[in-house]
Amino acid sequence: MKACVVVFPGSNCDSDCWHVLKDVAKSDVQFVWHKESLLPEVDLIVLPGGFSYGDYLRTGAIARFSPVMRSVEEHVRKGYPVLGICNGFQVLLEAGLLPGAMLRNRNLQFICRHVYLKTENTSSPFTNCLKHGEVLRVPIAHGEGNYFCDEQTLETLEATNRIAFRYSSETGELDEAFNPNGSLAHIAGILNEKGNVLGMMPHPERVSEAILGGEDGKKIWDSILSAVA
Amino acid sequence: MYTAKINVTLKKSILDPQGKTTLGALHSLGFDQVKSLRVGKHFVLTLDAANSEQAKGMVDEICQKLLVNPVIEEYSVELKEAVKVSE
Amino acid sequence: MTMTFTEPEITKELIKIHGITEAEYARICDILGREPNYTELGIFSVMWSEHCSYKNSKPILKLFPKDGANLVVKAGEENAGVVDIGDGFAIAFKIESHNHPSAVEPFQGAATGVGGIIRDIFTMGARPVVLMNSLRFGSLDKDQNKNYLRGVVGGISHYGNCIGIPTVGGEIYFDDFYEGNPLVNAFCLGILKKEDLVRAAATGVGNPVYYVGAATGRDGLGGAAFASRELTDESHEDRPAVQVGDPFMEKLLLEACLELAKSDAIVGMQDMGAAGLTCSTSETAAKGNLGVEIDLAQVPRRETGMIPYETMLSESQERMLVIAKKGKERVVEEIFEKWDLHAVKIGELKSGNLMQVFDHGKLVAQIPPKALTDEAPVYVREECEPEYLKETRAFDLSQIADAPLPSLRGVPYGTTKQSRTEIASAALGRLPRNDDEGSWNQTLLCLLDSPTIASKAWIYEQYDHMVRTDTVFLPGHDAALVRVKGMKKGIAISTDVNGLYCYLDPFEGGKIAVAEAARNVACVGAKPIAVTNCLNFGNPMKPEVFWQFHRAADGMSEACRKLGTPVTGGNVSFYNENPRGAIYPTPTIGMVGILEDIGKRVPSFFKKEGDFIYLIGTTYDELGGSQYLLTVHGLRKGMPPRLNLDFELKLQNFLQACASDRLLHSAHDLSEGGLAVALAECLFGCAGKPMGAEVNLPQSGLRIDSLLFSESQSRVLVSIAREEENSFEKKVHSSAIPFQQIGVVTRDHLKIGSWIELSSRELEQTYRQAIPRRMGE
Repeated sequence: MKACVVVFPGSNCDSDCWHVLKDVAKSDVQFVWHKESLLPEVDLIVLPGGFSYGDYLRTGAIARFSPVMRSVEEHVRKGYPVLGICNGFQVLLEAGLLPGAMLRNRNLQFICRHVYLKTENTSSPFTNCLKHGEVLRVPIAHGEGNYFCDEQTLETLEATNRIAFRYSSETGELDEAFNPNGSLAHIAGILNEKGNVLGMMPHPERVSEAILGGEDGKKIWDSILSAVA
Repeated sequence: MYTAKINVTLKKSILDPQGKTTLGALHSLGFDQVKSLRVGKHFVLTLDAANSEQAKGMVDEICQKLLVNPVIEEYSVELKEAVKVSE
Repeated sequence: MTMTFTEPEITKELIKIHGITEAEYARICDILGREPNYTELGIFSVMWSEHCSYKNSKPILKLFPKDGANLVVKAGEENAGVVDIGDGFAIAFKIESHNHPSAVEPFQGAATGVGGIIRDIFTMGARPVVLMNSLRFGSLDKDQNKNYLRGVVGGISHYGNCIGIPTVGGEIYFDDFYEGNPLVNAFCLGILKKEDLVRAAATGVGNPVYYVGAATGRDGLGGAAFASRELTDESHEDRPAVQVGDPFMEKLLLEACLELAKSDAIVGMQDMGAAGLTCSTSETAAKGNLGVEIDLAQVPRRETGMIPYETMLSESQERMLVIAKKGKERVVEEIFEKWDLHAVKIGELKSGNLMQVFDHGKLVAQIPPKALTDEAPVYVREECEPEYLKETRAFDLSQIADAPLPSLRGVPYGTTKQSRTEIASAALGRLPRNDDEGSWNQTLLCLLDSPTIASKAWIYEQYDHMVRTDTVFLPGHDAALVRVKGMKKGIAISTDVNGLYCYLDPFEGGKIAVAEAARNVACVGAKPIAVTNCLNFGNPMKPEVFWQFHRAADGMSEACRKLGTPVTGGNVSFYNENPRGAIYPTPTIGMVGILEDIGKRVPSFFKKEGDFIYLIGTTYDELGGSQYLLTVHGLRKGMPPRLNLDFELKLQNFLQACASDRLLHSAHDLSEGGLAVALAECLFGCAGKPMGAEVNLPQSGLRIDSLLFSESQSRVLVSIAREEENSFEKKVHSSAIPFQQIGVVTRDHLKIGSWIELSSRELEQTYRQAIPRRMGE
């Protein structure tokens, strides 16, 4: 697989994503600086986590105007997979490549800890190695991951099976007690209409090696590998 | 030259935890008279425009393009012609 | 528009405001051969402040051992010490205080403290990979201290998370002695290829001097001088001294400077921290034995009408001074442009030995840089043993009954009446009555509910502790442990000091701080290699404070020598006082160790039901200075535990050897709260799923409260697989280390002899809720 990781000023999970794609997913990976307007020929684009432009206006609001984003849109139109993690998800929302917006976490604090995710969609390029209802243990690390969209959008997301992951208990139970940030309908990750764009707040790159205390994240890389093969 | 003061707040329908927390703090300080509170962002812009209509149009575009996320936020603008200061 | 500004006349009053003594002023006139002007007076005042010159601490800092194997940069040579870790790599690390700014504005004070220590590391060409912090606050039952905690944690989280360096651990204590003067000590460690090391020396006449980063404003004017004074109630009026941090700008600077370090376009870099442009310019020139010329007109500014005095002394954050190679200016400028940063040439290196500062071509200051650095005054302060020690030493343990305190008789120190009632209710299963007998169960719950001992998850969950995907041990273990991608080795770090021990006996307290930090590192299986320290004390002009400082340094030095861990740098923070007096002497240790094979790491929590539990080391009736005496009896008395360094070294070597043989399932150091608390902590490896332990302690003639809560040093709890019993016991026998098999790991209860029996769930609830409950969550 050929992949690239987009680097915005303020991205800080770029090298983590690069490492996992190269050393865990064994792919050919390169960084792309946000000022580049042409993307290399790749099978996967990753928008990594971080604080692009300091997140000073709104998370992801300025990054979406970076020259590279036009090529990303082009890539999406052509049907190639694009994965936005954490700040990358926020950029995708601001760019209109995914519906909805992010609000501050319900408790107004940054939260970094492991949470459980219930798999809802198993047909996308990012989730095809997962079973429906399968629960993953993946960390979150964000101050604004409280997903919001209007009722109609939510209905559409539900009806078209575009909610990829929801926050849950270890056994897959859905309840406010297991929702770390107040996200609407416990949403942790969503897909676009075609299913080739996934935005998720949790960080799969942080649990893809046993030495880091878990390998659940690997299933997402495995899914992508099998989808682009 | 025009000065535009722009207020951006979360839409009424959206929970504003910062506002809620601040309101709670005011109540615990004894300001029970305060019935509601919304937290927002305030931008002050000075811009060149031929007339106020043009200025208003530009400010709206700026808001819609960058300063405001219409999914969750709304805004209001107060526009004034700036007094020229000789350098 | 032209600015006219008449510089104030140099009067006795003005000299005094600048914190310069008459003798010092005479010396300045002597150096210059004339009276200084206003700008020069300001320059001398910040450079000769304690914060920059260490004028009151230098003779004591000389006591620390500075030599050791593998040191690339020793203490005092550069911004931070550098140690070779093999395979062509080295680590740079340092701990530094930001106490006074945090007292005035907790959020920004703590944030800029983090920003400052990060700059110290990447300035040297090292990529910062780990942050830790050591914090002290007054009691969490007071609103002011809650605000401090919220602000400081928020500030650290804001800066560290945004810049993308994981905050992987640290330590926090709550005690009235820190009321109004919280301590915020920030630690950073970076990794570099040995050949990428950048020095802060300016060499090569004609080389251009660049200014990079944020524009200069009036923020932080005189910050270094501010940190060298006592905090008074008026300090809160000193708001201009507080700087505002911009982690996004620093992230850009970091990436650009590291790119620059790999180029061959520069000869030196120095960050503009305390005393800003003044300090960076004069220090680099002094180190390079050269003169330097700068023109302030070139300095990017954020505010109008700034006079040379203000520009030279500003402490605006996120700024760097870069000495480029002549002819490589374009390389430097292009790298900064890529990162949307603007590098401006503000001057160049000159032969001779003068720092000349111009403003639009007009000479505004002319000083030999060495006069500001190497030749700053040094004082040996008067010292005398504090009076309070007579009383605290006279304390006799027999004054206290060896029995649990009745539940509500005398509300224990550090908890509110309400919280105490809740704990008692939890233990009794009903509301307590005044005639209730107390129980050891309640005593243990009371200790676990004390914020100093309790879980710090409320704090570290606000820090991104996993970014960079190198964090192998999440916060909560004895030491933080990170991997280095592509290497077999791991880096273990612990920060530690018990201020109460240092208050009761600074020598022993200093020794213990080093030994315990090293023990934490040894518990995870690593070998301690070097130390950075942050010495937080009161006003050094007070002989009692200086005595504490000297004794603590003696104790630390002795331990560092014995354990083979040289001091590679750090900082001194004096004048930590509140209206009631000095804080506890608090010499924070940052200990760094290397684990040769990270596959052999040892966690701090029990792992498997049925494993045998051993207590290594010997317990004595040592309750002086313990959390038990403080929390349950409200006493800050007695002598802290004694520490035998020969035995300590033997124990640590033994722990490393066991780890290397993969004999241990867990190892946890016994510290605050003693054996009972340590046993409980070993159960909490997995949130929401605590394990259990059944323990029997052999009769030893000790008091029961000592058995359970004594803080005797050099003790560790380990758990091993049953089948390893023989090989483990053989090994510990041959090392001649005292040990007892005290029990087994069970599923869900903690039972200690006939004294304690509690459900693990209840223990965990108390432990995890102590801080969130007080923070109103």
